[in-house]
Amino acid sequence: MEEYGGGGGDLLSEAMGSAARVVVVEDCVEAPGAFVLHLLLKRALASGGAAAFLALAQPFSYYDRVLRKMGCNLSLHRRNERLHFFELLGFPGKASFYYRNCSLVVLIHEDIYADEENMGLLLHLRYIADLVIKAAPLSTGLAADVHGQLSVVNKGTFSEQRAKAQKVWNFHFKGKENGADFFYPGTRH
Amino acid sequence: MAEAVVRCLRDGRLDGEHAPALAVEGSLQCCPLAAGAMLHIAAALASQVAAGKAQARGLVVVAFDRSPQVYLEFMRRRGLDANALDRCVRILDCYSDPLGWKQKSQNQQHQGNSAKHFSTNKENITVYRSVKDVTKLMSSTTELGGGFEGEGKKYFSVAVDSISSMLRHASVPSISGLLSNLRSHEQVSSIFWMIHSDLHEPKVPRAFECLSTMVACVEPALVDPICGESPGNMSILELNYSKAKFIVRLKRRNGRVKHLYEDLYIEGNDIKFDSAPSVSIEVNQSLVPKVQFNLELSEKERSDRANVVLPFEHQGNGEPIRIYDGRRSLPEAQRDLSLTAPALVDEIKAPKSGTAKGEIHYFRDSDDEQPDSDEDPDDDLDI
Repeated sequence: MEEYGGGGGDLLSEAMGSAARVVVVEDCVEAPGAFVLHLLLKRALASGGAAAFLALAQPFSYYDRVLRKMGCNLSLHRRNERLHFFELLGFPGKASFYYRNCSLVVLIHEDIYADEENMGLLLHLRYIADLVIKAAPLSTGLAADVHGQLSVVNKGTFSEQRAKAQKVWNFHFKGKENGADFFYPGTRH
Repeated sequence: MAEAVVRCLRDGRLDGEHAPALAVEGSLQCCPLAAGAMLHIAAALASQVAAGKAQARGLVVVAFDRSPQVYLEFMRRRGLDANALDRCVRILDCYSDPLGWKQKSQNQQHQGNSAKHFSTNKENITVYRSVKDVTKLMSSTTELGGGFEGEGKKYFSVAVDSISSMLRHASVPSISGLLSNLRSHEQVSSIFWMIHSDLHEPKVPRAFECLSTMVACVEPALVDPICGESPGNMSILELNYSKAKFIVRLKRRNGRVKHLYEDLYIEGNDIKFDSAPSVSIEVNQSLVPKVQFNLELSEKERSDRANVVLPFEHQGNGEPIRIYDGRRSLPEAQRDLSLTAPALVDEIKAPKSGTAKGEIHYFRDSDDEQPDSDEDPDDDLDI
């Protein structure tokens, strides 16, 4: 997971740190979090790693288009067998996964799973996660410059080197064609 | 540092009894601290075992939630050297390959290579690949436990981390059966387990509490008024990931329940406990039910109660016995001689007159013991 940090010196990389085995990304309709998944995939492939992607929400062509705008050629990686892509569109459920090497990243739509019956899946995922990234709308509503807020909870196991590091992060994001910007509230001109 | 709990686990069982059992309950809001509490108790118990101060010769950790290396590294940081770990700690690794998938895929890749043996275990770690088979888990645990060297009876302690992970693969009855069997196993000195309360229906952690003699709850330091991890409560979340409350209920052999409370916090890579000042008062207050009546006594009420003259009570101060007939307060009754019953009084003053009349000698018992007294005779035994 070191590659996530190396991809950019931004707030998200800093908050995520390294060595997280399981990352859970939660989002909702008001603040879609798929862009985080795309970003992590791009960073993992860009640094020479490999990835397996289980797509339950969209076909390959969609991700190819999105990642291409971000400067990452999924078709090429797939041909070179650095990306293993599994299309599981018929799968009942709303979650996407990607698994590389020794990390598992899961995107789950919180508003679908937050009811009584399905809360179990959400809680289990939060428990096993080392890192929980949650995309949420701003409490003040829609804005042009800020698309939402991201909270990163880095639980830190007892073998983590960054034991003294901050565990909980919260910052704003703005989505762009080729990625996203992350900044602390109020630091955007 | 959770000493009472570690002491109970260290001292183990008495003849004819089942092993003491500790249930550690955590929740999502403070899960790193609950994990830390388990690591701490395991390390503390292992240290006692290594020093020869425990009934058990060794500790078997049934690890579901964490890699075995996490336990070993934590114990090393707590001062247990390689020799002590080899002697006293065995880990049944249910984390690396719980369902045997890795082994299957490795076997497929190396189909021609039958010489490869994939269940090699390093040091004191034994990989376990059939977590759905609880019976086999029991026998693997007892097999590991019986392998410790040492003199005297072959006792060992067991740690299960965690029951919540086991419940993904097996049912509540089968796991509670496993725990009961371990508790009653003649070689098991003590047992402790972790369960994450909010992952299950309330009756599940309660079922496991029934099997325990001690319950330690790791609760968030600050309760989030708005349920959940909404971004607005970052500071509360950050606090709850670094500090928590450690609330212990210990069932003593005489049936009384002792309550203990400590603060628990993360310091660097370690976990520490902070004994709060004696909270028996707090506990007493919390035991009084919150109703609209006043169930406590004020000072005046207490002294009035002490002054009540009970019928048939021998006041023992040489004066004639006054029998309170309940119609007037005592001082008035003394002045009005027609109210005292001389015949009865005379009889009491001359008990051995030979007349066969009934007598009542009443000796008041000691003052009522406060229901929530924290006087505990067993406290004298604690060293």
